[in-house]
Parts: sequence; structure tokens; C-alpha cells
Amino acid sequence: MKKFINDPYDVVDEMLEGFLNVHSRYVRKLDTARTVVRADAPVADKVGIVTGGGSGHKPSFIGFIGDGMLDAVAVGEIFTSPPPLACFEAAKAVDSGKGVLFLLGNYAGDVMNFNLAADMAKAEGIEVAQAISTDDVGSGPKEESHKRRGVVGSFLGWKVGGAKAKAGGSLQECKAAVEKLNDNTRTLGVALSPCTVPAKGTPTFTLADDEMEYAVGHHGEPGTAKIKMMSADDITEKMTLEVLEDLPFQSGDDVAVLVNGLGGTPQIELYICYRKVKKMLDERNIKVALSYVGEFFTGLEMAGFSVTLTKLDEGLHELLGAPADTPYYKLTP
Amino acid sequence: MTDTISTIQMKSALEELCDTIEKEKEYLSELDGAIGDGDHGVNMAKCFREVKKKLAEIPADDMGSLFKSVGMVVLNSVGGAMGALYGTFFLRMSQESVDKQELNLDDMVHNLQAAEKGILDIGQAKLGDKTLLDTLSPAIRSLEKSEKGGRLLPEALAAFGQAAKEGMESTTDMLAKTGRASRLGERTIGHQDPGATSCYFILRSIASSIKAQ
Repeated sequence: MKKFINDPYDVVDEMLEGFLNVHSRYVRKLDTARTVVRADAPVADKVGIVTGGGSGHKPSFIGFIGDGMLDAVAVGEIFTSPPPLACFEAAKAVDSGKGVLFLLGNYAGDVMNFNLAADMAKAEGIEVAQAISTDDVGSGPKEESHKRRGVVGSFLGWKVGGAKAKAGGSLQECKAAVEKLNDNTRTLGVALSPCTVPAKGTPTFTLADDEMEYAVGHHGEPGTAKIKMMSADDITEKMTLEVLEDLPFQSGDDVAVLVNGLGGTPQIELYICYRKVKKMLDERNIKVALSYVGEFFTGLEMAGFSVTLTKLDEGLHELLGAPADTPYYKLTP
Repeated sequence: MTDTISTIQMKSALEELCDTIEKEKEYLSELDGAIGDGDHGVNMAKCFREVKKKLAEIPADDMGSLFKSVGMVVLNSVGGAMGALYGTFFLRMSQESVDKQELNLDDMVHNLQAAEKGILDIGQAKLGDKTLLDTLSPAIRSLEKSEKGGRLLPEALAAFGQAAKEGMESTTDMLAKTGRASRLGERTIGHQDPGATSCYFILRSIASSIKAQ
């Protein structure tokens, strides 16, 4: 393992120390737990948008704390959900009296720890609701879509939830907006190389030189199949077809397209893949209304990318297009 | 031969558990690497290092506070599904043993039944899903049987440890139906579950507590 780290057990704390220094205009850490909140939290008369999860997904999650997106993030160890105390403190720090929405990625640990935190929050009189993202079509059949993993589609959910909260939405309205986004979002990922959790020191899977891990998870979980290497156009086509069929997306739809790098794939390749997605959508008379290309949700240094499509209606389009100001995502009016 | 476990014995067994986890961390991560993201050993080790520190600070006054101290550290030190599940396990044990200086077979059955219920409530897994429940539940069934059969605590604990071991081993042939591994479907068959394995280490230490000095 070759990494720019010190003690592998200190990776998250040392990262956080640097991050907090750089982005102090946006964020601060609580004294009571490893929880990062908006510098100006709690924002008066606004639903608090809280998420959390394991570290190793930069710029998610903490990179999207700020106006119009997340209010607080409970920070876990690498790829490990944060403990209930961190999630509870997050809720407590951002509640303005309008309640707190927990946004989760459908991982067993996240769900358990946030459920325990929700019990603690309710005991303190904080109203809590929960929305779970399940956009990864590679992680389960459509009939069991409630069991699918939440991956980079979560980023779009945070944007929608954050915008709805900023616009004065109630807790139930914010939850409904995120759930609608999730219902209309599908993602599929592929990897060319695994990632290595620092404290473990060995890669999460192995691949031959001419192989790809298809339907990989963003923790470097092995996918559904190892397949032979293909050109950018061929693999993008295979993934996009599977995403299109799952919803399904149809002629006349307006969509958002998100091509996400998993940590070790240069932007030059992401744009090549995006271009193929755009072509395929044009051919099918599906209108690309919003596009995102870059690293939004990574798995450490994993080389690979994912394709996400969201079917938009006016409401979702408006929320995705609303202003936001966070360390890693800014949208000016 | 004694028919109760003292708080001092339990504390010493838990200290031994911390050393076991440290020693087995690579093994646990290796099991997890086959069907998960490979960090189970690392996180267990990080967590039980904190438990060891805590155990060194606290007196062995009563079982309730012993289990509570351990449970709070497990719950809030590292996180993960493991933190929530094992944290709940120890906290439920503590609720059943408030102010008790020692535990007999009847107490052990009640403690562990409460712990099992807690894990069922938050984890939503079922027996046969290839999780730590496949270690825990058969072990508790064995303990219940021993109690009904009027066995002495040392024998009952030995059978409990053996049932836990067999339960752990039974996960090898199972198809994961819950948690992160479940997404791998058929690819999980042939691998022993890491959570079932760490659960075995915990139960084995509880089973051996009666032998502690």
C-alpha cells in the first residue's frame, strides 16, 4: 500500500483537521462528537438537513455542507457508519424547531445508527424524519429496489432536500421532495481498479489487467460480475442502457445526467463517457436539462465511474437548479 | 464447582476478549474482504482498544455497570453496523443485570435473551441470513435447553460455546440475505461470515468467564 498518510488509524481525524482549517467559512466541528455542521447552524425557522456515513467518499459528505444543501454531517471512520451519538448531536445542533431530516444511503450500519439517534432525538423533543436513497440499479433487482444501495444519487437528494428546506418547506415536504428525487433516479457504476482501506492495507478486490468490476459499490464492494475491458463508448453504452431500462426513461423525458468519478479516474475520461451518454439520450429524444461531470461521491482511489440519470419534472428541476453555496458545490442564481 | 459467574470473572473475560480481537483482527478483515469491504477486523480492534482502556478505569462493582460501560464504548466509539449491534448487545445485558454481583444460569439465559431481542429489533435480520444471529441464536437456544435440563453452569456454558462455534461455522454455506454482503448473492456462499465470527469470539469469552480467576 502506498498512501500519503501517517498512522492509518488517524486518517479521518487528520483529514478533518485540514478540512476544517480550509473551509472554516462554511463549517465547524462540534465539541461533543465527530460531527461537522454549518458555521451558522442552526439556521432559524428551517428544517435541518442531516446526513452522515463513512469517510472515504470525498467530497461527500462534508464537502456539501452549506447554504441550500446540508446542515450537518456525522463523520464515520473510513467506510464505516458514524455512531449514534454523532448523528444525534448533528440533529441537536441544527434543529430550529422545524424538525430534522436524516438522509441515508441504505447501508445496514447507517440505518441502525441513525435509528438509534432518532430515538435519542425524539426523547429530546426533536421531530425527526428519514429519507433513504436507493439509486444503484446494480445492487439488486427492480422488484427489491428498496434493498438497493444509495450511491451518488444521494448527492442530488441532498441538493433537493436542502433547496426545499431553504425555500421554507416543512419536514414532510422536504422528505417528500427527496423521496421523489430518489424514485426518479438510477445509477450504475464500474471500476477498473479497487481501493485500499488505509487501516486494512490491501485492496478490496483484485482484477486482471483486462478486466473491469461491473456494478461495483462505492466502497469497493465487488460488483455482480467481472467483465472484459471495453472502450469508453462500449462500457458507457452498456451501463446507460441498463439505467434507461430500469426506470424506464422514455422519449420526451427531461433528465439530469451525472457522470461521477469514483476517485481514480481523470476528468478527461469522464467527459468522454458523458459525451456518449448525451449522444444516446439525444438519439432517444430524451432531453438533457442538467448535467454534472466530476467527482461527487468517490471510493478512495478507486478508478471507475458511474452514470446517473434523474427524470425531472418542474419541481425537481427547480430544486436542483436553486442556488447553493458549499465548499464543493456552488450554484449562483 | 461454582454455579455463578462473579463480576470479577466477567471483567477478566472481557479483558481477554479485547486481546482476542486484537490478535484476530487480520483474520476478521480477511473474512470481511471476501464478501464485504474488508474493514471488520480493523474496526473491531479500534473499538475493543477503547473497551480495554475503559475496563482498566472502572471497578468490577456489579454486572449491570460493567456491561453498561462496555456497551456505551462499543456503541459510540467506532460506529458501523457492528457498533450498533454489539453496543445494543451489551446494553441489553446491562439492563437485565442491574446491581447483580454475580450471574447464575437463569440470569445468563435472561440476559442473553434480552440481548438477542435487542439485536433482532434493530438489525432486522433473521436466522439463516448469514449474520451474527446465526452464531448468537443457536448458542442461546443451547443455554435454554441446558437450563431446562438442569445442567450446571460450567457444563451449560461449555455447550453454549460449542453451539456458538457450530453456528458460526454454519454461515459458510449460507447465502447472505441482509447487510452489505447480501448484494453479492451467490458469491457469498463458501465464505464464513465475519460478523458471525466476531460474535463467536464474544460468546466464547463469556463462556470462558467461569474459568477466570
